[in-house]
Amino acid sequence: MTTARAAERRPITPELTLPKLLLETAQRYDDGKIAMREKEFGIWRPITWHRYRDEVRHLGMGFTALGLCAGDKVALIGHNRPELLWAEMAALAVGGVVVWLYQDALLEEVQYLVDHSDARFLIGEGQQEVDKGLAVKMRCAKLERIVWDDPKGMRGYDDPALLSLTEVRRLGQELDAKDPGAFERMVARGQGDDVALLFYTSGTTAKPKGALLTHTNMLKMGQNLMAVDPCGERDDFVSFLPFSWIGEQMMSISCGLQAGFTLNFPEDPETVQHDIREIGPQVLFSPPRIYEQMVRTAQVKMLDAPALKRRVFDWAREVGDEMAERVFAKKPVPGGLRFKYRLADLLVFRKLRDHLGLARIRHAYSGGAALGPDHLRFFHGIGVNLKQIYGQTEIAGISVVHRDGDVKFDTSGRPIPETEIRISGDGEILSRSPCVFKGYYKMPEETARTLNDGWLHSGDIGFLDGEGHLVVFDRRKDVMTLADGSRFSPQFIETRLKFSPYIKDAWVIGDRRDAVNAVVCIDAGVVGKWAEERHIPYTSYPELSQKAEVRALVAEAVGHVNKALPAAARIWRFVNLHKEFDADDEELTRTRKLRREFLEERYRDIVEGLYSGSGEIELDMTITYEDGRVSRSKTTLRVVDAAGA
Amino acid sequence: MSEPLLTVEDLHLAFGGVRALRGVSLEVRRGEIFSLIGPNGAGKTVLLNCVNGLYQPDRGRILFEGRDLVGMKPYRRAALGISRTFQKIELFSGMTVLDNIRLGRHLHMRSGLFTGALYAGPAAREEIVHREFIEREIVDFLEMTHLRNKVVGMLPYGLQKRVELGRALALNPKLLLLDEPMAGLNLEEVEDIARFIIDINEEERWRVTCILVEHDMGVVMDISHRVAVLNFGEKIAEGTPEEVQAESLVLQAYLGEEQGDYSSRR
Repeated sequence: MTTARAAERRPITPELTLPKLLLETAQRYDDGKIAMREKEFGIWRPITWHRYRDEVRHLGMGFTALGLCAGDKVALIGHNRPELLWAEMAALAVGGVVVWLYQDALLEEVQYLVDHSDARFLIGEGQQEVDKGLAVKMRCAKLERIVWDDPKGMRGYDDPALLSLTEVRRLGQELDAKDPGAFERMVARGQGDDVALLFYTSGTTAKPKGALLTHTNMLKMGQNLMAVDPCGERDDFVSFLPFSWIGEQMMSISCGLQAGFTLNFPEDPETVQHDIREIGPQVLFSPPRIYEQMVRTAQVKMLDAPALKRRVFDWAREVGDEMAERVFAKKPVPGGLRFKYRLADLLVFRKLRDHLGLARIRHAYSGGAALGPDHLRFFHGIGVNLKQIYGQTEIAGISVVHRDGDVKFDTSGRPIPETEIRISGDGEILSRSPCVFKGYYKMPEETARTLNDGWLHSGDIGFLDGEGHLVVFDRRKDVMTLADGSRFSPQFIETRLKFSPYIKDAWVIGDRRDAVNAVVCIDAGVVGKWAEERHIPYTSYPELSQKAEVRALVAEAVGHVNKALPAAARIWRFVNLHKEFDADDEELTRTRKLRREFLEERYRDIVEGLYSGSGEIELDMTITYEDGRVSRSKTTLRVVDAAGA
Repeated sequence: MSEPLLTVEDLHLAFGGVRALRGVSLEVRRGEIFSLIGPNGAGKTVLLNCVNGLYQPDRGRILFEGRDLVGMKPYRRAALGISRTFQKIELFSGMTVLDNIRLGRHLHMRSGLFTGALYAGPAAREEIVHREFIEREIVDFLEMTHLRNKVVGMLPYGLQKRVELGRALALNPKLLLLDEPMAGLNLEEVEDIARFIIDINEEERWRVTCILVEHDMGVVMDISHRVAVLNFGEKIAEGTPEEVQAESLVLQAYLGEEQGDYSSRR
């Protein structure tokens, strides 16, 4: 542990860059410690720090041999693989700027980002990414090279722009052999103030904006987060969320290099849950949807269980919730409850944590969107130290976090070191820290609007409570004015609705209207199973969603949420949508946030229908499939009056 | 591509009064995808069964790499490198995906009952080598990593078909007999299997010659190098997909219509 402390003490000097830190860390551990593991062909294969550095060295020299220069942009797209992380670090070592794309991005998104970022190289995982690259190449003037890693299906491609990562490595080895010190000299030229990442924000309204983040931004943020919750070199972290999400970058490159913990790469997107359980990480950093999914999994498994097990589980949950409530309120815990909790832990929670892959978790963070209070209570009830964080890409991901033992349902905690939070006159959350970005790429007017005298304008409405905790209300433009004139957060109602295992997504409307209405997307898997058990026949999602029994099921869940809401904010009527919200249809951002303005536009008929008081809504829609095909569908949605409104 | 891998000469087989094969002759060349089409009862599956030894023909010869297969036991034929999948899935539904695939590898295992039971030295080393093969060349190749330890009977039909293909490949065959690998699959699953078949045929690592029996004309015409048409136990046409589609006899016998371009079905 002495070295771990030494790592924490490593001061972030103005010269320090991520590649320099990689060289230092690799120097310290060499072959004596595992930097990352990848599950491949069914076995976890270790990669030492020595190998990590060598891979980065060879790829970096390879990029140099191909003519990449400092300041050039390199776009990356693919699943979480060590090779892509090496490529990222190699591009940074050259002095390049890394642009991450979402693996499931559609062609026009890829084209926009590659074109706007002026990327010279595109590095993709395999055939699918290469196809995307080749398709956009004609319309991206600056794009010169498309590099691929996985050879599967790549026979028969002969475009001169294509190159395998193996080939890049070979070129790099040659150049490195010719001039052994060149790599170190190249890394030494980097400065902390150099731009490291060009990070495109998901953009709930307009075109994505590219935030320029420097090496210092990234390093400081990791250091300040770990000043609150230290990570040790013996910790394990599972890298399974898209690299194009700032939270993943934060853990994989910033915290990972500073703490020296081991990154674990799952075998396949389908095996993530299983692989997390095998690793049993100490730290988990995810958007709310991952935690929502865990809760849903637990709830659904319990619906399946025999009556006795269900009774024990329900009892344990009550004990857990009571315990969590008391701890949150900082009230003393009576001995009886303590005993009951221990029993519940023995009978239920320990096993549940293990099944969710949280057996060894020390800190779990939820960031990127709001997590419902019910979810937070659930996790603390079962003994998982889940905390909210608040931040945005423009401040390198994080500015506010809950402290151990000081978690509150409705807050995001207190600012991390070196970070100031202020609320502007009109309620907007402003923040200032060494992690605040340089500005948006090629968008000076947007930059001017967002950055003011070092203060970052978030566009979020919130306030600081008596204990200095930040309460994030909602996006400023999303806050609703209700019939009685009070202001309310639609997100708050939505996260509450999503605690029901049957509801996957919800969209709440009611700004300047006389009532609050909702559009609900049922969870196909859970509701489908529920219907099968009750012998309710259905053929498709649209049909299932409109079944009388399913409408009643959702109405019950909505009624339950209504009980806890103030009268003016209660949901009056709702419809089950005939499809799930999908990022490919532009209904969600790639980080699964609702794009409300777009929804208002797209589902104008539904909004009208809900407020007109009619019992049915006729809908005529076009649907885009992942491969770009488009089809039209006509559906009838039935409006349901919610209980307790 | 020109050298014949499998030669069938004047094959006859009757079940009582039903003459399932009436003098069928054909040549399958090394490295090609050769499709057998024809209406139900035309003798396609019977022909495959004769090749891998489930049936013994009444008359005729089957030469595989110049060696006559007639009279040879099925397991001997498997050892020569002939592997197959079945029209109706023939897996051990109570066992895991991995165990089913391992079974296909059994033929290549050399350790006997005694050394296997001790599981030391050569037996363990052998097991590791085969494990490597199965993981790398089968599980990863057919994208089944998330299915490894699932019980086959619990999987959807389309995935079971893929497991069957995996088991057939585990034999590391020279000739792969595919009996309606796409029957009962949805469009996406059909596309997946078609892609796997092309990969098995073209990928440097495999280069497996395939005989495909399939009713999905879109796929057959897309991926086959040559096609033979059977009708009532006789071969009525043979050639490239284009040639076969142009034969009016084929359209009448098999497709049951006078005109129609079936390759556009999908």
